[in-house]
Amino acid sequence: MSKISLKNLSHSYLSSQVNKEDWALRNVNIDWNDGGAYALLGPSGCGKTTLLNIISGLINPTEGQILFNGEDVTNKNPVERNIAQIFQFPVIYDTMTVFDNLAFPLKNRGISEQEIKNKVEEIAEMLELTSTLHNRASGLTADGKQKISLGRGLVRSDVNVIMFDEPLTVIDPHLKWILRSKLKELHQKINRTMIYVTHDQTEALTFADQVVVMHEAEIVQIGTPVELFEKPRHTFVGHFIGSPGMNILPCKIDNGAISINGNKIETKIDIKDKSFSKTEVGIRPEFIEFNERGLPVKILKVSNTGRHKIIDTESDSGKIKVIAKSSDIIPTGSAFLNFKKDYTYVYGDNWIIE
Amino acid sequence: MNKTVNQKAWLFVIPVFVLVAFNAIIPLMTVVNYAFQETFGNNVFMWEGTRWFKQILLSDRFHAALGRQILFTLIILFIQIPLGIFIALTMPKEGIGVSVCLVLMSMPLLIPWNVVGAMWNIFALPDIGFLGHSLNALGFDYNFTQQSGDAWFTTVLMDVWHWTSLVVLLSYAGLRSIQPAYYQAAEIDGASRWSVFRHIELPKMKKVLTIAILLRFMDSFMIYTEPFVLTGGGPGNATAFLSIDLVKMALGQFDLGPAAAMSLIYFFIVLTVCWVFYNLMMKNEGQS
Repeated sequence: MSKISLKNLSHSYLSSQVNKEDWALRNVNIDWNDGGAYALLGPSGCGKTTLLNIISGLINPTEGQILFNGEDVTNKNPVERNIAQIFQFPVIYDTMTVFDNLAFPLKNRGISEQEIKNKVEEIAEMLELTSTLHNRASGLTADGKQKISLGRGLVRSDVNVIMFDEPLTVIDPHLKWILRSKLKELHQKINRTMIYVTHDQTEALTFADQVVVMHEAEIVQIGTPVELFEKPRHTFVGHFIGSPGMNILPCKIDNGAISINGNKIETKIDIKDKSFSKTEVGIRPEFIEFNERGLPVKILKVSNTGRHKIIDTESDSGKIKVIAKSSDIIPTGSAFLNFKKDYTYVYGDNWIIE
Repeated sequence: MNKTVNQKAWLFVIPVFVLVAFNAIIPLMTVVNYAFQETFGNNVFMWEGTRWFKQILLSDRFHAALGRQILFTLIILFIQIPLGIFIALTMPKEGIGVSVCLVLMSMPLLIPWNVVGAMWNIFALPDIGFLGHSLNALGFDYNFTQQSGDAWFTTVLMDVWHWTSLVVLLSYAGLRSIQPAYYQAAEIDGASRWSVFRHIELPKMKKVLTIAILLRFMDSFMIYTEPFVLTGGGPGNATAFLSIDLVKMALGQFDLGPAAAMSLIYFFIVLTVCWVFYNLMMKNEGQS
């Protein structure tokens, strides 16, 4: 058990790096506290799996350091790092029984028969695998097999971190949430650091205390699900998290005054004159209201999801989505929008201005 | 539910039936016909019942040929399968090396059987052949045309050269289909190289290896052209494997009846071994 720190970590799969795009991971700095439940969230190809494989030691980073409790483990292999990793699809040893599968990591480390037996039985109990313990592992269903993969990660009681690389991809939807709550429950029971990689925001937000959002080889924000929702630090976080995502509209900053197409926008932020090549206003659909005055828009479409209404509108600066209560009466034709001041943010070159 | 009866579909089977009849059923039935009769030519046949079968099954000559055949097949299987797997494991997994290795590996497979026999015959000649001459120059008393041990050595070496590639290519295909996560999981589980081979690679190669063993068993059990060109079955009968002996009997001595009976027994052995082997290998596959 330990605190894991990544320092100035960069990785490229190419032998020489010319462009920004040649890096699979750029300048990652992060501390994972002992016992935390983290999710690593981002679209496919953003570098999540690369980051995970660097922590586990399957990949050596091009630059930077990995520290476990302050000790540099950058050049150590996965066995020396003592970590567990669960992969996207179930990895089981076909020729072995469920018991032997679970016992395999322990046997390889020369642990005594009796101890192996106790430990395996304990884990099998926890994962509800006891009834199939002496069957051949290859005969199990996909979720049964994924439980075995999971069990092999849990069976060693001293691992520094357990990492999950989109572990529920091949699992049937109705079993997904069972396994997911099982994971959450396990985390509370064994209290070990867990890092959960996914591109599904629901999975990330339900599993983790802290969510790390990645975009184009960089970490763009680390925070609790509420922080990510209420105060996205990067436009990507804004539209990736939430359904529908944040509205991002081009704006002008003139002497600290923010305006969209000539309409003044109120924010909490005191903007000093900084120069950006691109400035935008970000506002979540949840924090927009219809009003007598404000940003003029045309109403395009109203869809009722049952819980709330999603209204598609169009302003001169682009489309804006608004979420209103199911019971609200929505104006037709043209209307004016008002942004809630506390949740209106300004982004300069995609990063939040504070 | 009422289904209309329409037997016209049978008509569509006729072309393939005719084709199979001419290239398989009729020739096979001719052999079956010969196996129960005696002839002295002029298309005159006499019924002999099971006499030829009894004669073949009890003959020392057949036993000796069968023994040589089984020994040969076992030797080449025990060399080619492990060697093929080993080469496949050491082959590069990416880069230009992959294509180079694959081309090199395919070369022996593209050479016609009789050319392989002729090549090795010349290669192994004790006076002018590179192999034969070199061995003698190194002090070995090597002459595959006169010493049966040397003849066996050369035949086995030739077959290993010709066919190990097939096992390599099949094994390589099997290995490449293993997802990297298996190796990564094994690394994290602290598995040794042997464990990785035993518990990941070998099980994942099981199907292709079954095919490889079946193909190599059938081909080697029916081997004819290469040893015929290389040694002609000699010296004496030292390398007269089943098919060489069969051709001698059928065409050399024109004993059509016994040769036909031997063909059927031969055919039956190959069929039985393949069937039993395949079923044993695939016994546990149904569960997964």
